[in-house]
Amino acid sequence: MYVVIAGCGRVGSSLAQLLVSEGHEVAVIDEDPEAFTRLGEEFPAEFITGAAIDWDILEEAGAGRADAFVSATDGDNTNIVAAQIAKEHFGVQCVVARVYDPARAELFATVDIRTVCPTKDAKDMLADAVHSCQIPGR
Amino acid sequence: MFVVIVGGGKVGLNLTRSLTLMGHEAILVEQRKFRYDLLVEELQEKLLLGDGTEIWVLERAGIARADLVVAVTGDDEDNLIISQVAKRKYGVKKVVARVNNPRNQATFDVLGVEPTICATTNILALVRRELPEHKLVHLLTLKRENLEIVELEVGEHSPVAGKLVEEISLPEGALLTAILRNGSAQVARLKATIEPGDYVLCLVEPGKEKDLIHEMLPDESPEKVQAEGEPEYLGGE
Repeated sequence: MYVVIAGCGRVGSSLAQLLVSEGHEVAVIDEDPEAFTRLGEEFPAEFITGAAIDWDILEEAGAGRADAFVSATDGDNTNIVAAQIAKEHFGVQCVVARVYDPARAELFATVDIRTVCPTKDAKDMLADAVHSCQIPGR
Repeated sequence: MFVVIVGGGKVGLNLTRSLTLMGHEAILVEQRKFRYDLLVEELQEKLLLGDGTEIWVLERAGIARADLVVAVTGDDEDNLIISQVAKRKYGVKKVVARVNNPRNQATFDVLGVEPTICATTNILALVRRELPEHKLVHLLTLKRENLEIVELEVGEHSPVAGKLVEEISLPEGALLTAILRNGSAQVARLKATIEPGDYVLCLVEPGKEKDLIHEMLPDESPEKVQAEGEPEYLGGE
């Protein structure tokens, strides 16, 4: 699979590493030219410096031939818009955006674009952890 | 009319002032605390502190009953999200969005966010109008209606110079509507004569400019006009 990842922070970079270790081909986009250092030395992926919503940058990253697109920059709105461009303009089949705000994550999750909301997932997991606490004498 | 304006820069502030003076109800949403502090004394209850891309903030602003939403923050992603939230979630009939970086115009178009206003594009169009070698100028593009209004300068050697309007055969999809002479305009009546040095306004379907130029200014190279039709905006800051 060929996957374009926008955002080379903790999540973007470790996702890139995971996908590469599974044998997938990956391109990573980040505005910060130093962000690629998170990937480690001689990481076998294309790294493009630029804005995730810039069509030229997405083109350079190979969005036109990508099987999947993941946006995981630090901006919810950037992630949603980048995902919409990947879908609507580049026609990427599988598009996923990380959206911290649960309200926007829900609103912009469509048939075409999936959203992953770490806030909601964390809340659910924390609630499960609290619910499963064994308190002696209660 | 009730208008929700997001982005309290110069544009948002002055829109809020003007709409209020015109007797409309307006509320301005601004997320930067220093800017809010600066404006709150003047605007009072017409100002709301918060991130206008957050749905609960827009709800507090009253977006559910807004007749018009104006997204004029300095961030194109934010303006796109505000516009889409307004339309999709609240069914706001009319949304106007600002395009800060003209390179993002295509994204607004693809996502169906319109009408849009881009200062750079507008200023560039005005500047190009002043360039002496530019014979065809796009004055207005009605995207949804699929129509453009263009202005052409009729040179001495133009084949239409000295002709009556009714004698001119324009390509299909083009219509001569007005003649501008000595700073005043008149509707192009069939018996009006076009003189060298006149400017004419034409309605034209997008893509038909080349044919129009061929008819009116055959010495102009269509490639050149076409190349200048869509300005190229380079990446980077």
